Amino acid sequence: MRNQLEPLIFEISSPGREAFTLPELGVPEVQLPEGYTRQQLNLPEVSELDFVRHYTHLSQMNYSIDTVFYPLGSCTMKYNPKVNEKAAAIEGLSQVHPLQPESTVQGSLQLMYELQEALKEIAGFAAVSLQPAAGAHGEFAGVLIMRAYHESRGDSKRTKMLIPDSAHGTNPASTAMSGYTVVELPSDERGNVDLEALKQECDDTVVGLMLTNPNTLGLFEEHVLEVCETIHNCGGLIYGDGANLNALMGITRPGDLGIDVLHFNLHKTFSTPHGGGGPGSGPVGVTENLAPFLPGPIAAKDDDGYKLVLPEQSIGRMKAFYGNYGVFIRAYTYIRMMGPDGLRAASEMAVLNANYLKARVAPHFPVAVERTCMHEFVSHGDVPGTDIITLDVAKRLIDLGFHPPTIYFPLIVHDALMIEPTETESKETLDAFAVAMTRIAEEARTNPQVLHDAPHITPVRRLDEAQAARKPVLCYKG
Amino acid sequence: MSPYLPQTENDRRTMLETIGLSSVEELFEDVPEQHRFPTLNLPGAVSEMEILNELYGMALKNSSTGCYATFLGAGAYNHFVPSAVPAMASRGEFLTAYTPYQPEVSQGTLQAAFEYQSMIAELTGMEVVNASHYDGATSMAEAAIMSHNVGRGKRNKIIVSPRVDPQYRQVMRTYLPAGQLLITGDEDLNAGLGDLKAMLDGETACLIVQNPDFFGQLLDVDGLAEAVHEVGALLVVVANPIHSLGLLKPPGEYGADIVVAEGQPLGAGLNFGGPYLGVFAATMKHVRKMPGRLVGETVDVDGARGFVLTLAPREQHIRREKATSNICTNQGLIALIAGMYLAYMGKGGMQNVAEICYHRAHYAAAGIDKLDRYQVISSGHFFNEFVVQCPKPVDEINQALLEEGILGGYDLQLDYPEAVNQMLVCVTEMNDRMQIDRLIQVLGQIG
Repeated sequence: MRNQLEPLIFEISSPGREAFTLPELGVPEVQLPEGYTRQQLNLPEVSELDFVRHYTHLSQMNYSIDTVFYPLGSCTMKYNPKVNEKAAAIEGLSQVHPLQPESTVQGSLQLMYELQEALKEIAGFAAVSLQPAAGAHGEFAGVLIMRAYHESRGDSKRTKMLIPDSAHGTNPASTAMSGYTVVELPSDERGNVDLEALKQECDDTVVGLMLTNPNTLGLFEEHVLEVCETIHNCGGLIYGDGANLNALMGITRPGDLGIDVLHFNLHKTFSTPHGGGGPGSGPVGVTENLAPFLPGPIAAKDDDGYKLVLPEQSIGRMKAFYGNYGVFIRAYTYIRMMGPDGLRAASEMAVLNANYLKARVAPHFPVAVERTCMHEFVSHGDVPGTDIITLDVAKRLIDLGFHPPTIYFPLIVHDALMIEPTETESKETLDAFAVAMTRIAEEARTNPQVLHDAPHITPVRRLDEAQAARKPVLCYKG
Repeated sequence: MSPYLPQTENDRRTMLETIGLSSVEELFEDVPEQHRFPTLNLPGAVSEMEILNELYGMALKNSSTGCYATFLGAGAYNHFVPSAVPAMASRGEFLTAYTPYQPEVSQGTLQAAFEYQSMIAELTGMEVVNASHYDGATSMAEAAIMSHNVGRGKRNKIIVSPRVDPQYRQVMRTYLPAGQLLITGDEDLNAGLGDLKAMLDGETACLIVQNPDFFGQLLDVDGLAEAVHEVGALLVVVANPIHSLGLLKPPGEYGADIVVAEGQPLGAGLNFGGPYLGVFAATMKHVRKMPGRLVGETVDVDGARGFVLTLAPREQHIRREKATSNICTNQGLIALIAGMYLAYMGKGGMQNVAEICYHRAHYAAAGIDKLDRYQVISSGHFFNEFVVQCPKPVDEINQALLEEGILGGYDLQLDYPEAVNQMLVCVTEMNDRMQIDRLIQVLGQIG
């Protein structure tokens, strides 16, 4: 990691310096529209070498999967194969305008169609729309589909969405955006949805349940069939949050378990890069009876070839065009290279890695619920008997060359440390991480100051987030 | 064994022993037995060489803009991408990082996002810019929701011009299902600014216009913001195509409260519609109602300048159902690319590209207008898109152009039934004089 501050691009700007080259105009100039033009545009002026060094330096101030182990729980930071990038850059696929005539984009539509088919098969659904751009976007689409389904049946009494207290924050937020009320369900001591509480809430005002399975504790819902049946019996639908699908490929299919609608995270499960915050891609899969409501257009195939169609009772468009197409190419490449056996092996190894790491870490940082976990587990990150808190542990991991796990989530676990190793990490890497955790637990007792002061190797340390919020500086002011 | 799975037989055995199990299958005993280990009916694994060949085959079934002179815009724009931009953006440290929740190991992503925010603020003339939305269309839908929230949920009317990109209006209607808010203004596809202003009242949360509009035309914005503000509503401007801001007055200067745009033209490429970039800018006054992530400057324990995600209490991971939006993962990498593109092109480059687009589009329009059976019907000023009245249906003309190696313009009749035989033609710096002359010549032959 580069341990030196980098000036802002504005601060290395010098008037008159240029990086760009452009062709001659080649046509006569015409009058600019008077009164419509701008007076000034204060963008940076840098040379190409300035530009390259600046962004190279900035990149070196990041931890990334390519450089370090990145066990960020819930985010599935698996290796992003380099062939994916090459595939997405193929000129005949990337330099295609979304509004070209269908006859000129048959290859692009074929790939969309094949990816839809593959996702249907992997998760056990009747139809898939690739349009949503991220997990939360797919989730919002899913709730709108549930809404459209109930409305199509004239069932207007349903207003409440049941959401377990372990859910991602996007679940209640998407529900609120869809005009529904959130009812939070408690978890039982084994980390499952509390069945009694569920039954008490089940009546004819229930829109459905948003179920993350495996849940954010990394645990498979032990009563999943009963939960789905209970909701279905009161006329509700089950939304599956597919954030944790990496545990389930070839292991079980959410559609077979009774999930009615589910979003996929292509950027988690299907190895596409997270890009420092996106783009993701959040396709939605649904059962037969929800297929007419899918957002679109989606790809279809008939005797004349591939085409784009809008399902007949579609909730409409979730975004312009067809989705994050560049991400589709990467995910399709991954699925084809893994094949069905490889996908199952990936999920198996993700779960094996997580359980192995859990066994190595738990003696020092006890897990929240002691059960066989799926692809991730949640420990308590504080060290009892000391003043070391989860944040200190996370920051110290940075010094030891690891990206910290997700911290303080899920909210139902105090001092949560959510660890997801993924299947692409070797035993040696897991062992090294376990050794680091052991060392930190010792340091908490022998040298707590080194934890309080961590990280020591980064360009900046422990930033003042309160000041950032109190006096927001959101733009360079010159 | 897959190349992406490093566990040897020996590793597996050791790991299982540590856990106290004898087989991998035992890890999955919580999964209902009747649904455990389904057979996935998918084609078998292929090598890297084979998948690339399969994709090259698919690419051959496409006609790419790399091989065709392209005059198609209408929301996605064909611009040149300088080599240094993807070279930097594809560095693994940017590409394979995630949301910068740990600022000490994410200063690269955070500082680049801060610079992006700053450059977009300059380009749009606004005070605050978020770290991105999914695309221009979802930015606009979120702007409508934000306007409603700024009006404390009491103003339930969204007025939108019919000359806003039709897909954007469709997305907004998906985001705001019937019953929650009244979306109006675009029922009459001929409604002009005067008609829209006449609809402003105390119920109005915002007025949404696109400038240049979907037909390419520049709006006369004199007095627009004043009229909107007089009733206490917000002015939302869709600033597409974003390259127009290299030349034209930024919306912040004529009183916009929220500016949204499609950021794709800033280095992201066409990519058959995604991933694109939702640009979202606003005034500081409403920052706490803004959706999406924001990066702010602060100091660390040693007093050094650093950057963090800030004002997070607006967001879903803190506020859950009370958040300003459900957005989590955004289009970070595309925002990074757009920031790089703006830094690379800089002041001179952005102005220069915009001028090339403007002059070449006017050259094309004048040439087409001279053809006997074609007429440019754009009235007033335009930037780089204009409307051509054609002698026959646009899809027929486009078919004939295609045979001559030209991807023609957009068929406006798809969205505007009265726009019979009207083609929206787009010209960028990618269309040189030879291409434009050829377009004019071939159109003349078709007519």
